[in-house]
Amino acid sequence: MTRETLGSIAPRPAPMTAAEIVAPLRRVKPLLTWGAIIAALALTIGESRAETLLNVSYDPTRELYRDVNAAFTEYWTAQGNPAPQIETSHGGSGAQARSVVEGLNAQVVTLALASDIDRIAEAGKLPADWQGKLPHNSSPYTSTIVFLVREGNPRGIKDWGDLVAEGVQVITPNPKTSGGARWNYLAAWAWAERNGQDPREFVGKLFRNVPVLDSGARGSTTTFSQRGIGDVLLAWENEAYLALKELGEDQFDIVVPSVSVLAEPPVAIVEANIANDEQRKLAEGYLNFLYSPQGQALAFKNYYRAWDPSAAAPEDVARFPKVDLVDIAQLGGWARVQPEHFGDGGIFDQIYVPK
Amino acid sequence: MTGRTMRHPFVQQSPMPGFGLAMGITVTMLSVVVLVPIAALLLKGADFGLANIWATVNRERIWKALWLSFRLSFLAALFNLVFGVVLAWVLARYRFPGRRLLDAAVDLPFALPTAVAGIALTALYAPNGVFGSVLADAGIKVAYTQWGILVALIFVGLPFVARTVQPVIEEIDREVEEASATLGASRLYTLRHVVLPMLTPAALTGFALALARAVGEYGSVIFIAGNIPLVTEIAPLLIVIQLEEYNYNAAAAIGIAMLLISFAMLLAINLIQIWSRRRIGHV
Repeated sequence: MTRETLGSIAPRPAPMTAAEIVAPLRRVKPLLTWGAIIAALALTIGESRAETLLNVSYDPTRELYRDVNAAFTEYWTAQGNPAPQIETSHGGSGAQARSVVEGLNAQVVTLALASDIDRIAEAGKLPADWQGKLPHNSSPYTSTIVFLVREGNPRGIKDWGDLVAEGVQVITPNPKTSGGARWNYLAAWAWAERNGQDPREFVGKLFRNVPVLDSGARGSTTTFSQRGIGDVLLAWENEAYLALKELGEDQFDIVVPSVSVLAEPPVAIVEANIANDEQRKLAEGYLNFLYSPQGQALAFKNYYRAWDPSAAAPEDVARFPKVDLVDIAQLGGWARVQPEHFGDGGIFDQIYVPK
Repeated sequence: MTGRTMRHPFVQQSPMPGFGLAMGITVTMLSVVVLVPIAALLLKGADFGLANIWATVNRERIWKALWLSFRLSFLAALFNLVFGVVLAWVLARYRFPGRRLLDAAVDLPFALPTAVAGIALTALYAPNGVFGSVLADAGIKVAYTQWGILVALIFVGLPFVARTVQPVIEEIDREVEEASATLGASRLYTLRHVVLPMLTPAALTGFALALARAVGEYGSVIFIAGNIPLVTEIAPLLIVIQLEEYNYNAAAAIGIAMLLISFAMLLAINLIQIWSRRRIGHV
């Protein structure tokens, strides 16, 4: 096409007018435009630069990692490193783990359950002993499950036992699709065990009071707070405080049960996705930052129960009431709990076996 | 048989040039976009074994979900069939202010992300929503019941029938109806024996599309369904649940079951379509 155009112009002896110069260009222009568009698309699809870090996380950590990413970028550049480009992706913990197993190029995972990271380890993307690499079972912050009830607690809900009462509607996400919901279920189980009730029967009764099973924690919060469904929401403690902050303290109250679980959302480096030493340094720096006094203060600020309160605002630490927290080891560890309770045909599925 | 005596070669030479190129592009695109993923699903199933697939699918919870999904999809498509034809008729036959706006609005369910549609519908039909509160007073619950699922499925399938039928209505010569009238047919008779037969093939195509769309719908339904096992749990959610447990085989098994049922339904619709075409001749 270019040759043709040139051929038609070249023999002309007279000087070209502006229109004549532009005419062939006009034919090339769409080509250039399309070329540019395709090139731009190709660039966005292609690999990004080296100083990037993708943190694949679960649903309710949006606010936490927004703060952490900003603070870490500042800290990292202050250390004399080039400014990193950190991105965080959020979603259901299991779905996020699956994306990483299937090839999502995450350098760091910060998920809701150790069993989800175990899955990534099984796929060979990180060593099986990953949980021993960082302090506190690789969990820089912890949380627990509390109740969110409507203002003034009209149903008088104080503890797990009140949830199975006739007519009480409980909102929780589906333990089959949500990591947080598994903690809800296990907290109820632990309470029943400690209070001399048959735990299997107790969680069965509890889930028969659930009118809506959303697929994720945020969905349940929306159902409870925006749609006005249910008397009590079983929620992550941080999610409950966030709901209070975002939706108004005059609408909901937090009720802390006598027994709950110590939820340890762990973090790990996905070894297989580390491109070079530079990136490893960045990923390690990022996770270690979560354990630093500054990172811990951010966790406290975002309503997580972190470990080191030295740099945290006192009121962020003081707001957590004392609860009898049962950890996953006391319940038998994820390797046992996961298939027994939440596997196909497991105890949770049996709740819904028709009689 | 020698080449000379073969009067009907396997590929008939078309007088139109470019068959090879067009066919090549078609087969390549179809393979990459449609056939390869389906083949992957079937391969996964073959890996798992027929007996295992049956054992996975043959459980009350799965049957209930499949029954729910296909039953509600069928009802939604049926609703859209009737409503879509009426809608197309109004848009094609009448001239009124705001017609173009209405015409554009029909396509909105295509353009809107299904999650947005699901959340919007849930907000409207929840007991504290605009419609939901009125219905709640009347003792009717829509959101988080099977009615909610039906509403969402009707929403996502709405454009199909309207869009397939509309051009056909525009093509119908008014003279045909007038001829029918001058021959003494009543309006109802003309509608039943002249207009509707012409619309049937296109309407059935739209019905099949709406049905297929509804069966696979996940994004919007998941917000309004309530997702209670055995009651409002749709089959695509069961697939997601199996994936969540890293149980790829079981997920593929349910996927194959849905594929087979969909295939049987679409085949049936196609046969009806062929039959209706034969009955009235080609439009």
